Amino acid sequence: MFSRVLIANRGEIALRVIRACHELGIEAVAGFSEADRGAAYLDMADEAICIGPAVPAESYLNIPRIMSAAEVSNVDAIHPGYGFLAENENFAQICRECGIIFIGPPPEAMRLLGDKVEARKLAKKVGVDLVPGSDGVVEDVEQGLKIAGEIGYPVMIKAVAGGGGRGMRVAHNDMSFRSGFASARAEALAAFGEGAVYLEKLIIEPRHVEVQVMADGSGNVLHFYERDCSIQRRHQKMIEESPCPVISEKVRQELCASAIRIIKQANYVNAATVEFLLDKDRHFYFIEVNTRIQVEHPVSEMVTGRDLIKMQLQVAAGENLELTQKDIKHRGVAIECRINAEDPANNFSPCPGTITRYIPPGGPGVRVDTHVYQGWTVSPSYDSMLCKLIAYQPTRDEAIATMKRALSEFVIEPIKTTIPASLSILSHNLFVKSKIDTEFVERNF
Amino acid sequence: MAQWDEQFSKLKQIIEMMKDHNLAEITIKQGEEELCVKKAQPVQPQFTAVPMFGAGMPGMMLPGAAAPAAGQGQEAAPQEAKPAEIKSPLVGTFYAQPSPDSEPFVELGSRVEPETVVCVIEAMKVMNEIKAEMSGVIVDVVTASGSAVEYGQVLFKVRPD
Repeated sequence: MFSRVLIANRGEIALRVIRACHELGIEAVAGFSEADRGAAYLDMADEAICIGPAVPAESYLNIPRIMSAAEVSNVDAIHPGYGFLAENENFAQICRECGIIFIGPPPEAMRLLGDKVEARKLAKKVGVDLVPGSDGVVEDVEQGLKIAGEIGYPVMIKAVAGGGGRGMRVAHNDMSFRSGFASARAEALAAFGEGAVYLEKLIIEPRHVEVQVMADGSGNVLHFYERDCSIQRRHQKMIEESPCPVISEKVRQELCASAIRIIKQANYVNAATVEFLLDKDRHFYFIEVNTRIQVEHPVSEMVTGRDLIKMQLQVAAGENLELTQKDIKHRGVAIECRINAEDPANNFSPCPGTITRYIPPGGPGVRVDTHVYQGWTVSPSYDSMLCKLIAYQPTRDEAIATMKRALSEFVIEPIKTTIPASLSILSHNLFVKSKIDTEFVERNF
Repeated sequence: MAQWDEQFSKLKQIIEMMKDHNLAEITIKQGEEELCVKKAQPVQPQFTAVPMFGAGMPGMMLPGAAAPAAGQGQEAAPQEAKPAEIKSPLVGTFYAQPSPDSEPFVELGSRVEPETVVCVIEAMKVMNEIKAEMSGVIVDVVTASGSAVEYGQVLFKVRPD
C-alpha cells in the first residue's frame, strides 16, 4: 500500500480522497491553487502544497507543476479526482514515465475507451447495441430510405458538420424522410458549408442510465449496479439515483453484464462508468465510457455498502479486489442532489461569494459530501458545485421524503443555490412516478 | 353503484393527469354532460417557490464578497514599511547557490536589479534560474537552501529602491 499520495484536484473530491487515504493509513498531500489557499479541507491533509495561481491552466491542469509537487513531496501515487487531468492520457503516461503511480486506468486503456469511435467499435465487438445509425455519410435519398428502413422510424437526419440543432430533421416515415433529407442537406450547406448528412435512430424519451465498474490488475472486473441520471439540465446532471426505477431485474443483469464485457475487452483497470441510453421499450444503447471516478459515485456506494475511492487506492497499489460479483448486493435506494452556487430563478447563473451562514442537514439516511463550511468563499475560477447531498433509505418514496427534508433543513446563505430547484423536481408528480427522461427538466421547468 | 364506481375511477384518472401536467383546470364535454375539475390553487412550477427553513435575505452580498480571488485567508492591506517579497513562481527545490561548493547568488545586504539571478529552483530535474524582477537590497533570506518550496512561497525580502 502507498505511504503517500498527492491529490491533484480540489474541493469536495480532494476531501473525499483525503478521507479514503486516512482510513487506509496513507498520508495525503493536497495540491492547491492560490484561489484555494486557506481552505479548511487542506488542513485535513497531512501536507498541502501550493501549485500555482487560480487559473486552472497554471495549477490544477498544469502537468509540470503537479509532477514537481509530487517529486518534492515524495509521494508514491497521484489521485487525479474527476475533471481536470483525470482523463488526460498524456498525464497518465507522464506519471508512468516518472515512476509515480497514476490512480486510474493505464494510459492505453484510457486512450482506447476515451476515443468515442474506438469505444463504439469495441462495444459492438462484444455484442453491445449502439444507437443504430448509418455508420457514415448518406449519399442520396434512396440510400437513406433503405437505411432508415433498416434502422426503423423515427430517424434523425443529422448534418455531419452540424451543431446547435442545425441541419437536423426528424422523419417518421418515407414521405417525411424525402422532404427532411433535402431540407436538412440544404440547411447544413447554408449553415456549415457542408451538406453531408448521416442518420441516427431517434430515441424517444431517452433515460440516461450508467453502470459503475471497478477492475483490478488481475482481470477481476466487478460492477456496482446502475445509476439513473436522467434529471439533467443542458447536459449537466442534477439528480442521480440507484437503482434505475423502471428496469426489470433481467434488463439490469444484461445492462451490467454489457458494461463488464466492454471494460474487460479494453483490459481496463480501476474505476470506470459505462453510459447507456434507455428507450421507452427498455432497450439500452451504449453511448460512451467515462474513464475516471465520477461525481455521483456516492450513490453506488450507498446501495452496495462499498467505498469506491478506497478500492481505487487499493487497486492502484496492486492489491486484488477480494470480492466476487455475488458479494456485491444491491440494497435500498439512494438519491443524490448536486447543490451548486447557481440561481435557478436567473437561468442558473453562477453566484460566487462568501457563505456567511451554513447549516448542513443531518439525521437518518443523510450523507453530505462537501468541502464547504461557514465562511467559505465560492471562487469564480472553478465550477459551482458546493455539495453533494445523498439520501439513502430502504424504498424510493422514503428516500425522496428524506431528501426533501434534508434540502429543507439545509441553510446556505446569502448566496443563491440550486436547493429550491431540487425541491421542485422532487415534488413533481412525474418524478415521483419516475415518468421522466433526459428532457424532463427543460420541458417542465 | 357500478356507474358511480366507473365515474369515480374516471375522475381519479383525470385528477392524476392534472397532477402529471400541472393543470389548474380541465373541462370535459360529452353530449349534454359536462365535467369540470379545478385545482384549489393553481401551482406554477417555479424553482424559487418553496419556502425555506430560516430563509435568507435575497440579494444580500457581503462587502468584499465580489472579489474572492485573493484566496480564503484574507491578508491585511499592505503597509508602507513592509518590504517587498520575492516569491517562488514554481514548485520545486530551492537552492541559494549555483553549485554545492560555490558562494550563494545573493546574501543579506546584496544589491539586486531586475535581471539579477537570486536563486535556482529545481523542478523535475530542470534547474530554473529565478530573477529578482525588482531593484533593491536583500533584507531577509527566508528560505533555507535545499528545502522544498511551493508556488508563491516567500524566498527573499527586499527593501525596494
